[in-house]
This record gives sequence, structure tokens and C-alpha cells, in this order.
Amino acid sequence: MKSFFRRFMRPIIAILVIYLVFLLGPIAGLDFPIIVGRIQESPKMLVQFLIIGLANGAIVAIIALGYTMVYGIIELINFAHGDVYMIGVFTALSTLSVTGALTTNNPVHLVLGIVAALVVAMIVCASLNVGIERLAYRRLRNAPRLAALISAIGMSFIVENIGLIWAAQSWLVPSFGTTGGGAQKSFPDLLSKIMISLNLDPNLLASTGLGLRFTIKDLLVIVLASILMIGLRFFIQNTRLGKAMRATAQNRDAAKMMGINIDRVISITFLIGGGLAGAAGLMAGLYNNTAWWFMGFRAGIQAFTAAVLGGIGNITGAMLGGFLIGLLAAFSDGYMDARWTNLWVFAVLVLILIFRPTGLLGEQVGEKA
Amino acid sequence: MLELIEVHTYYGNIHALKGVSMTVAEGEIVTVIGSNGAGKSTMLRTIHGILRPKKGTILLEGEALEKLPSHKIVERGISQSPEGRMIFPRMTVQENLEMGAYTRKDKAGIAQDFEWVFKLFPRLKERINQKGGTLSGGEQQMLAIGRAMMAHPRIMLLDEPSMGLSPILVGQIFETIVELNKQGTTILLVEQNARMALSIAHRGYVLQTGEIILHDTSAKLKEDPMVQKSYLGAN
Repeated sequence: MKSFFRRFMRPIIAILVIYLVFLLGPIAGLDFPIIVGRIQESPKMLVQFLIIGLANGAIVAIIALGYTMVYGIIELINFAHGDVYMIGVFTALSTLSVTGALTTNNPVHLVLGIVAALVVAMIVCASLNVGIERLAYRRLRNAPRLAALISAIGMSFIVENIGLIWAAQSWLVPSFGTTGGGAQKSFPDLLSKIMISLNLDPNLLASTGLGLRFTIKDLLVIVLASILMIGLRFFIQNTRLGKAMRATAQNRDAAKMMGINIDRVISITFLIGGGLAGAAGLMAGLYNNTAWWFMGFRAGIQAFTAAVLGGIGNITGAMLGGFLIGLLAAFSDGYMDARWTNLWVFAVLVLILIFRPTGLLGEQVGEKA
Repeated sequence: MLELIEVHTYYGNIHALKGVSMTVAEGEIVTVIGSNGAGKSTMLRTIHGILRPKKGTILLEGEALEKLPSHKIVERGISQSPEGRMIFPRMTVQENLEMGAYTRKDKAGIAQDFEWVFKLFPRLKERINQKGGTLSGGEQQMLAIGRAMMAHPRIMLLDEPSMGLSPILVGQIFETIVELNKQGTTILLVEQNARMALSIAHRGYVLQTGEIILHDTSAKLKEDPMVQKSYLGAN
């Protein structure tokens, strides 16, 4: 069956995908002369999209880490992960609302509010993710893999509906005129507000006269994401628990024989993944300035694609994939059409699965010598 | 020291251990010989808590193990070099050995045991920063045994240490096992290579389709006509 797929199906699917890209390409804005023309006309815009792509990619990378870590350790695609991130956005927004940071102009109050929102969102998402594992995945660990996968999809629906109910609570989520939980809610641009209240321009490149925008938002997202990624890498590579996580991912039975408490290690993996999703939630809220109960779906697909692109289970790969997907999305938004961005992301996913299922980085060393 | 009393283990619907009883005394090398599928690895995995017995008791110095999770069993002083070596392929030799000492907190003791392993297996020291998956089969076996040593166990379970190795390497590994035992580690050795196993063990058990059919000193087992015929390849 596998060799049949290799020999016949793979080229056929590949041709089909390439055909679809060229057929749908012009509709989806993939018109090379126009794109090249626009790049020549304004090279500056290319740099601008690069900045936007890096910042969005940093957020995607942080979410992708949660997918890839969980897959690495229990070989499950945690479909609820994107929705955990969505809960992170709402937790951050509600924390800012409850602490009064949304209505103040005092920069100290704003900064403290944002720090509080980061901490609360990370704690809430970490606990939620651990809870999901306990409730829906742990007892299915030795069941056929499809059972856990369906359970994950179910958890995704449940968390989305929690988000829908949450979004309708006007004492937690300021409505700014929108009604009901289904509407997109505004997440105020507090970072620019801080800068303005200090009589500074939110665009850090304003005084250079380059005509480029590198705002305080870009800076915060890139710096915070880098800190989280470096911290995570250090944790995985050097700490006792991080090594136990890697050992468990590589051979669960052998890890048990070393005296590693597998249940605890898996819980901690979900804890870290959830915490990262919470931080991504705050960053995305501050950066993109919206909160929506269904936003976890798109973010989840982008992050999942990023994880697969880098090589699912590979932490460095997820970071790399996140940035690449962020750049792709920014270029598609800028040069093609934002409505088609998901198509390009999906096309990357399909092409990767066909031509390089192990991803860009894949596994570095085989199981057997 | 270690005692199994009427242990029954199932693999799904397969009755893999049908009431196995055996003992290992302090300071001994005890071997369990048997052909493929006799239940040897199942027995070690049951002792280690990876599999759960349906019936029966496993005692370590009188304390029941069969209800404990495997990490508690490791803490009680049992470590294992498993079948197929099961080293961590994408971790370095150093990290693999550190994992062996996972349950320990005594830094000085761990450092001493690193020296102990490197003295017995100088090859591992040469390859300390290499990924486990890039080692040769013999080196991986050394790593698996070294990793089990790092727990500084009271009793070490060795599952088919000769598997896939050249006769010279098998000889070296078995010399190391004797050396380990002389230094005070009790050893339960499971082997298909009955000749080698009986040459170093004090006592032996013969396991056949989940049941112990014979039990004696190694010297007597070697003389036993049934053992000679089935396991030592005599005519």
C-alpha cells in the first residue's frame, strides 16, 4: 500500500496540487508580474511586510511549540490547542478589563496591567491544557490513536463554546458597541497608548525618516517570543525535567525504567504548552487588536502547519516553521489578498505532507545505529 | 532478596506468565534461559512495573512491588538493561547515563558512578558527547548496561545482553557482568544464549511457554540432558 502510494498516488496528487495552484493562483492573487512590479515600485514595502511577518511568525511559532511538544511526547495532535490560545486572548482581555487597564491613561498602571494579564493568561491556559489532558487524553493513552484524536476535536468544540459564552459576558469583555458573544471584540491597542501617554511615537522608526513602521508592538512581540523560545530551549536541553521530557518522547518504556514518572512529565508538557499559548494570546491581542471566539481555528491551522513544516516533534523546527508561515502569511496578505492567505498556508501543508512528511528539520538521528 | 510468587501476567489475551515463582538471593547471578517467546522479557517487565501481574506477588526484601508504579520500583533499587537496549537515540552518551541516575539526588555518588561506568567501559568515555543513536551495536549495549549501573541498583535486570553482538563482544560483556557481580551487584540475567549464561551464573531457571520447568545450580543444569538437548545444542 505504501509503495503503491509512493509510485502512483504521490505524483498524481502533486500534479493536481500544482495544477490547482496555477488554476486558482490568479484568482487568489498569485499574479507574478503584478507582484514583481509592486516589489520594484516600493522595495520599502517588502521590508515592511518582513517586519509584520516576523512579528506574526513569532506568535505562530509560540503556538506551534505547544503542538509539537505534545506530539513529540504522546503522538497526539492536540486539536484543542488553538482554542486554548483563544482562551488566552480572552483571559488577557478580561484581566486588563478587571484591573482597569483598559480605561486608564497612566503608563505605570498600563504596564502593570499588561504584566498581570501575561501572568494570568499563562496560568489559566496552562491549567486548562493540563485539565484537558487529564480529562480527555490520559485514559485514552493506550487506546487506538483515532480515539484520542476524536477526543481532541471534541475538546476543541467544548473550548470554543466556552469562548463563545465568555465573549458574551460584558462585565469581562468590554463590548465597545458589539453585541453577543459571536461578534469580533476589540482588544485595545494599549502599547501605543503607553507610548502616547509618554509623549513618544509608537513607531520606533518615526524619527529616522525611512517611512517604515517598526512599532512598540512589533518590538514587544519579538522580544517576548524570543525570551520564551530561548527559555524553553534552555529548559529542554539542560534541566533534569527537560531531559526527562526528551527521554520520554524518545522511548516511553525506557523512560519508565529510568524511574521517570511518565504521567507527571506528560502533565508538565501540557502545562508548558498551555503557558506558551497563554503568552501568545496576550501578544496576539496586543498586536492584532481583536478577540474572537473562533480565532483559535485559524491560528491553530497556521501553527499546526508551522509545526509540520519544521518537522512535527522537533522544537527548533516549530520555531523555524512559525517564522516561515508568518512571513508567508504577511506576503500573501500584502501582495496577494488576505482572503486567500489560508489557502496558501494549506497549500504549504499539503505540499510538505506529500514531498517531505518529516518536515524541514525532521528527525536528526535514526532510532537504530 | 527478590522473590516472585505465582506470578501471572497477560499480554492482551495472551497468558504470558503462568504462575512463575523464583528467588534471587543477595550477591547472586541468577539466569533465566528459554527460547524466543517463552516469557523472559515479560517477566522482567512485570518485575519492573511496566506490565502488571493479574495474580501473584513480587517481593523485594519482603516488600510487595506489584502495585507500585515503575518509578517507585526504580527508587527501591531495581534497574534494568532492557531487551533491544532501548537507549535514547537523540540524547548524548552523557545524557543517557544521567537518565540512569534520574531518581538519585546524591551528586557525589552520581559522579562516582560515572567513574565506575567509564572504568568498566572506557569506550563510553571516548564517545561521551556522541548521540546514542550513532553508536555501534556493542557500544549501545555497553551504554544500556552503564545506564542501568547509574541507578546504583541493588539488583540489576539484564535482558539479552548478547543479542546481535559478535562472539568476542559477547565475551567482553559477560566478563563485565561477572566483574559487576564481584563488586556487589546482584544480577538477574535473561538469555537465549544458554551456554554463556550458565557459564557465569550461580543458579538457573528454565522458562518454557510461561512456566518454570526446571530450576537448579548452573553446574547441574549444564549436565541435564533436556537442557543440553534443547538449549545447549548437544546431540
